[in-house]
Amino acid sequence: MRKLPQDFTLDTKAFKKGLLPVHESSIKHVTGQAVYIDDMPEWPNELHVATGLSTEAHADIVSINLDKVRAYPGVVDVIVQADIPGEVDVSPVLSGDLLLAGDFVHFIGQSIFAVAATSLRAAKQAVALAEIEYKTREATLHPRQSLERQEFVLPTHTISCGDAKGALESAPNKLKSDLYIKGQEHFYLEGQISVATPNEDGGVQVFASSQHPAEVQKLVARVLGLPVAQVLVEVRRMGGGFGGKESQAAVLGCMAAVLAVRNRRPVKYRMPRQDDMVQTGKRHDFWNSYEVGFSNEGEIIAAEYDMVGKCGCTADLSDGVVDRAMFHADNAYFLPNARISGYRGKTHTVSNTAFRGFGGPKGVILAENVIEEIACAVGKDSLDIRKLNCYQANKDTTPYGQKVDDDVLLTLIEELETSSDYRARRESIKAFNKQNPFLKKGLALTPVKFGISFTSKHLNQGGALLHIYTDGSVHVSHGGTEMGQGLYTKVAQIVAKAFGIDYQRVNVGSTRTDKVPNASPTAASAGTDLNGMAALDAALTIKSRLQEFAMEHFGIAADAFAIEDDQVILGSETMSFPEFIKLAYMNRVSLSSTGFYKTPKIGYDRKAAKGRPFLYFANGAAVSEVIVDTFTGEYKVTQVDILHDVGDSINADLDIGQIEGAFVQGMGWLTSEELSWDDKGRITTNSPANYKIPTSADIPEKFNVKLFDRPNSEESVYRSKAVGEPPLMLGISVWCALKDACAAMADHKISPPLSVPATPEAVFYAMQAAQNHKTGGEVSL
Amino acid sequence: MQFILNDELIDDNTLPSDFTALRYLREKRGLTGTKEGCASGDCGACTLLVGALENGELTYSTLNSCITPVQSLSGKHVVSVEYLSKVDELHPAQQAMVESHGSQCGFCTPGFVLSLAGLYENKQNADQPIDREAVCDAISGNLCRCTGYRPIIEAGLSMIKVQEAKETPFIELMSKNEGIKSLLENLQAEANAKSNYLQPTNLEQLAQALTSNPGATLIAGGTDLMLENTQRYRDFDTLIDVSSVVELKTLDIGAITLTIGASVTYSELEDFSKILYPQIHGLLSRIASRQIRNRGTIGGNVANASPIADLPPLLLAFDADIQLLKTDGSTRTVNINDFYQGYKQTQLAKDEMIASFDLSLDKLAQFHRFYKVSKRMEDDISSVMLAVRFEVDNGKLSDVRLAFGGMAATPIRGLKAEAALTDRAINDEQALNQAIDALRNELTPMSDMRASAKYRLDMACNLIRKAWLELNGTEVVTFSGHAVSDSILSTGSEGSTHA
Repeated sequence: MRKLPQDFTLDTKAFKKGLLPVHESSIKHVTGQAVYIDDMPEWPNELHVATGLSTEAHADIVSINLDKVRAYPGVVDVIVQADIPGEVDVSPVLSGDLLLAGDFVHFIGQSIFAVAATSLRAAKQAVALAEIEYKTREATLHPRQSLERQEFVLPTHTISCGDAKGALESAPNKLKSDLYIKGQEHFYLEGQISVATPNEDGGVQVFASSQHPAEVQKLVARVLGLPVAQVLVEVRRMGGGFGGKESQAAVLGCMAAVLAVRNRRPVKYRMPRQDDMVQTGKRHDFWNSYEVGFSNEGEIIAAEYDMVGKCGCTADLSDGVVDRAMFHADNAYFLPNARISGYRGKTHTVSNTAFRGFGGPKGVILAENVIEEIACAVGKDSLDIRKLNCYQANKDTTPYGQKVDDDVLLTLIEELETSSDYRARRESIKAFNKQNPFLKKGLALTPVKFGISFTSKHLNQGGALLHIYTDGSVHVSHGGTEMGQGLYTKVAQIVAKAFGIDYQRVNVGSTRTDKVPNASPTAASAGTDLNGMAALDAALTIKSRLQEFAMEHFGIAADAFAIEDDQVILGSETMSFPEFIKLAYMNRVSLSSTGFYKTPKIGYDRKAAKGRPFLYFANGAAVSEVIVDTFTGEYKVTQVDILHDVGDSINADLDIGQIEGAFVQGMGWLTSEELSWDDKGRITTNSPANYKIPTSADIPEKFNVKLFDRPNSEESVYRSKAVGEPPLMLGISVWCALKDACAAMADHKISPPLSVPATPEAVFYAMQAAQNHKTGGEVSL
Repeated sequence: MQFILNDELIDDNTLPSDFTALRYLREKRGLTGTKEGCASGDCGACTLLVGALENGELTYSTLNSCITPVQSLSGKHVVSVEYLSKVDELHPAQQAMVESHGSQCGFCTPGFVLSLAGLYENKQNADQPIDREAVCDAISGNLCRCTGYRPIIEAGLSMIKVQEAKETPFIELMSKNEGIKSLLENLQAEANAKSNYLQPTNLEQLAQALTSNPGATLIAGGTDLMLENTQRYRDFDTLIDVSSVVELKTLDIGAITLTIGASVTYSELEDFSKILYPQIHGLLSRIASRQIRNRGTIGGNVANASPIADLPPLLLAFDADIQLLKTDGSTRTVNINDFYQGYKQTQLAKDEMIASFDLSLDKLAQFHRFYKVSKRMEDDISSVMLAVRFEVDNGKLSDVRLAFGGMAATPIRGLKAEAALTDRAINDEQALNQAIDALRNELTPMSDMRASAKYRLDMACNLIRKAWLELNGTEVVTFSGHAVSDSILSTGSEGSTHA
C-alpha cells in the first residue's frame, strides 16, 4: 500500500460513535423499496423452475417417466442430467455435487430433473407427477455409522502438541465422555433464488442471492461449457446468508442459466421455504468424544478429542469446516498436551455447508463443556477454572503452534466479571436455588477466541474498483457481498475516511463479477478486513495521484496537501473537493483505480499440522443467567451481559448489531432450534411450523452489550477486528448456564450431560440425571 | 371483490378463489415491499394491516397475507408498507426502526414495520402508552434472523417519542381518516352469487350459498386450510367464507352458559376473556402469533380435529356442548366428549358445520388451569397441553377433568386418572400419585420432531402434579412469552396467592 504523509492505517479512533452512518439501505428496508431478486420486474416470457426430488436416501434410479410432467399445462421445458450442455458437477472446491442426479441418488431431496414452466405453481404441480423407480441401497445416516464404516468424504486430519497419551495416563483426574451436537438450519428470511437472462452472445447474466458471485460465475460457465468471461453475475443484496449462500446458492444460478440459454427466455429459480429446508445443507452435526486429564486444582494437563463432522453426501466445504472445529477445540484455553482428530463423516443426507462460525462453534462448545465438567469435579466455580486455563503468559501457544500473545482474553474476562457483577450474582443464585423447590437458576460466563482469516490461504485476498466522477462523487465496487451485515456501509466509511471527504459522497455499487474479478466469498467474517483494505488501497492510490498533481500544479510541498472535513488543503489555500476533482480531471489525472489486498503473515503447514492459520484472534465473553421450571424443563434467559472485542470499531452501531444478532442466533442453535430426521433419512423439521428460531419473546430484557476498547494489535483496516461470526459462540453461555442450573439439582457435584440443543425436554432429563445422581449419592472422581 | 388497497379502489372479479393477498400485491399490483418468507404464516414477512369499518369505527389489525385469500379482504382497507411513508417523511414506526438500527438484511423489515405501525395505530387511537409486553405481542409473529430483536423492540418502544419529537405530526391516524371511511362505506356489499368466493353475512345467506354450491369448501380464518394451497399446491374451487356470518360471531354470557360462536377469532376471545377468564386469556396468548390469532377461529381449531390443537382440551375440561348446523338449517347438539372419533375424524357430517360452543358458567367458576409445553414460548405447537378443572365440594374433589393435547390421535381425557382423584380429599397426595400412575397406564403418546413419547408422558404427569399443587395453594410458576417478573426472580414466588 502506498504511504502518504499521514498514516491512515494507524488513525485510531477514526470512527466516533454519534457521527456514524446507519445501514446504507435502512430507509429502503423500512419503506419496502430495497429490491431483492424476487422483487425485480418479471419479463412476460419469464419461466419458473421447480425440481423433482429423490425420495430415497441412497438408491439407484431404475427408471424415470416424465411424460405426465411434460404434458402438464404451463410446462415449457423438462431437463435431466443428459441435457446439461457442459459439466454436471457444481461442487465448490472438490467434486460430487451434481446439478442433476444421473442414475444414482445419495440423499432425500436431491434434484433428479428440473421443470421450467410459466408459473412456479405450475412447475410445482407438474413435478409431483413424475414416476421414478428406485433400487434402494443401505444408507449411512449418522456420523457414528460413518466412523464405524470408515466412510469419509475426505481424509482425517490430526493436530497434536506435547504427549497427550502419556500425560493423560499420568493425570491425577480424568473425564471421558462424548457430546453429540446437532446442526442448525440457516433460515435466512429470503430463500435461495437466482434469475438468469440470456444475452445476445450465447452467454448469460445471472442475478443471484449468493455470498460468492465469482463462484456462481465459474460454475455457470462450467455447466454451460462457456468461458467464464461470457457470464456476468450480480448481487446487490441478500435477505440473509449466514453461510447458507456461500457454496449452495450456485446451484440455483446454474439451473436457471441452463434453462435460460436452452429456451432463450429469462428464468427464475426460487426455492419455496420447504424445498429450501429439504434441499440445502445446514450446519454440521458433530459427534465429539473427549478424554481430559486435569490437576486437583482443575488445570488441564492433557486432552484427546475425536471430532466427527456429519458432512452429508459430498465434501462441499466440509474440509474447512472440520478443520475450523479442530482449530477451536481449545477455545480460550491452553492445552499443554493434546491430540485433536477431525473426521469428515460421510452420510446419505444433504451435504452440510458453511454456517456462521464454520465448524468453530462445535469446537468451542466442546471446550466449554469440558470446563463445566471439570469445575464440578474439583468443586470450584466454572469461572475460576476458565481463568486458570485461559491463555496467558507462559500458556500462550495453541495446539497448532500459533501464539496467543495479545493479552486480551484474560483482561476482557475479568472486566466482564466485574461489570456483570458475576460473583455477587453467583451467591444470590446459590441462595435462590437452596430455598426454591421448583425453580432453579443457572449462570455461566463463557469466552470466545476466534481465528480470523480463511484457513484456505488463497482466499485471503480482496479486490476493489474505485472511480471519482467530475462532480466529486465517488463510486466504489468491491468483491464483498451485502447480506445485512453493513459491509457496504463500512466500505463507504473507509473510503470517505481515506479521502477525508463526506460519507455522503461515496456510493457503493452492487457486487458484479465484471467490476472485481475472482473475488473470494464474503465469509469467514473477513468481508471488511479484505474488501475494506482493498477499497482503502484504491482510495490511497488515487489520493497519491491527487497529491502529486497538487504539488506540481500549485507548487506546494507534499505535506502542504491534505483533505480534511471535505475540504482540500493546498498550502494556505483551500478548495472544495468537487472543484479540486474538476481541476484534476481538466489536467488529465486518472480518477479511477483498482485496489488489492492480501492478508500478510499467515500460513499453515498441513503436513506438520503447525503454523499460523490466522492473522489475529477476535475475542469476547458473555455472562448468561437462566431460570428453569423443574416440572417441565422450560426456561427463560433472564439476563445477558456481553463484552466483545472488535478492535477499533469502524461502526459501533453495526458491530453491536452483529454481536446481538449472532448471540441470539447462537442461542437459538443451542435452545429451541432442533433439526430432526426420521430413520429413512428424511428431514422432519422442514418448515418454520416445526423448526423454531428465537422470537422477540426469547431474548432477555436485560441484554447489555459493550465493546472492548482496544485497537487490533495487527495492521487490519483502521485497526478494527472482524465481527460476523465470533459472537455467535457467545450463545454458548446460555447452554452452559442451563447446564449449571441442571447441576444445581445435584449441588454441583456433577455437571449432567446436556444435549445440544438444550430443548425443554433435554433440560428436563439433564435435571433428572442430576437428581438421580444426588439421590444415588455416589461421586465418581 | 372490492376493497381499498392503500389509497386505491380495487374492483376485480377475475381471480381464483384461493389466490392469496400476498400474490395479489406482488404479482398483480407490483407492490413488492411485502415479502414471502415461508408461505405458511410462520414468519411474518408478508404481514399486512387491514382496516375494518364497524359501526363507524375503523380498526386495524395485522394478518399473514401469504395464507389469506385476497377475496376475503373484500370491503376492507388493506395497508401495505408502501402506504406508510410520505414522499420525504417516514411513518414513526419506520423512523424508529431506522434510528434503532432495527434492520440488517431488511427482508423481514416491512413485516415488522406493519406490525409496529398497527400497534402504534391502536395505542395512539386509545391514547395508551406502549410497553415492552405490547411490542413483543405485536411482533410475536415476525421472525428476524439478523438483529436478535433488541433494536426492533427498542424501535417499538420509541415510536411515540419519535413522533412527539417532530414539529408537525406525521400523519393523522388511519383510524381517523374520514376519506378512507367514506370510501369503505360506499363499497358495494358482496352479493354476487356467481362469485367463486362467497361471503355470506347471515345464516340465511349461508344456507343459500351451501345449497347452490354443493362442492364448495368452507373457510373461516383459513390459517390451516390455506396451507393446502401454499404448501401442497392444491387448487380450491369455490370457497364459502363463514367468518362474517353474524350468528356465528356470538360471544355472549347467558344465564347458565358462555356461548362462543364458531367464527369468533382467537384475538376476539382473548380480548373478551382478559378480565373475565384470565386463565383462558393466558392460554390464548400462547396460541400461534398475533397475526394468526387475528384470523384463526375457535370453530376452525376444533373442526380441524388436530390432536395437537389447544382449544379442544379446554372445551373437554368444561364439557362444552357443540351446536352443529346442517345445510338445511336444522341443528343438533353434540357434547365435545363425543365429538372426536379418531385421528382427524369428528362427528361432523358432510353437510354440517359448527355453529357455536356452550360452556357452563358453573364449571367456568371452578378451579381451572391450562398448561402448554412447547420448544418455544411464542407461536409454537404444543408438545403436550393439559386443561384441568377441579370441582371442589366439602374439601373433596367432586368432579375432575384432565384433558390433553398431544397425547393421542385425538384430544383426549385421562379418564382413569380423573377417577383416581374423584371423591378424594383435595390434599390427598396418595390420590394424586394414583392418578399419575393411572395416567401412565392409560395414555400412549408418540414420538415426533416436537417431543419424545417419554417426555410427553412425563410432562402429562408433572402438569397434573403442578395443577394439584396450585389447587392446594402452593405457589408454582409457569413461564409464558412475557418476561419473568422481578418478584419471581428474587424469591421464586409471585408474591400474591392465586384465586
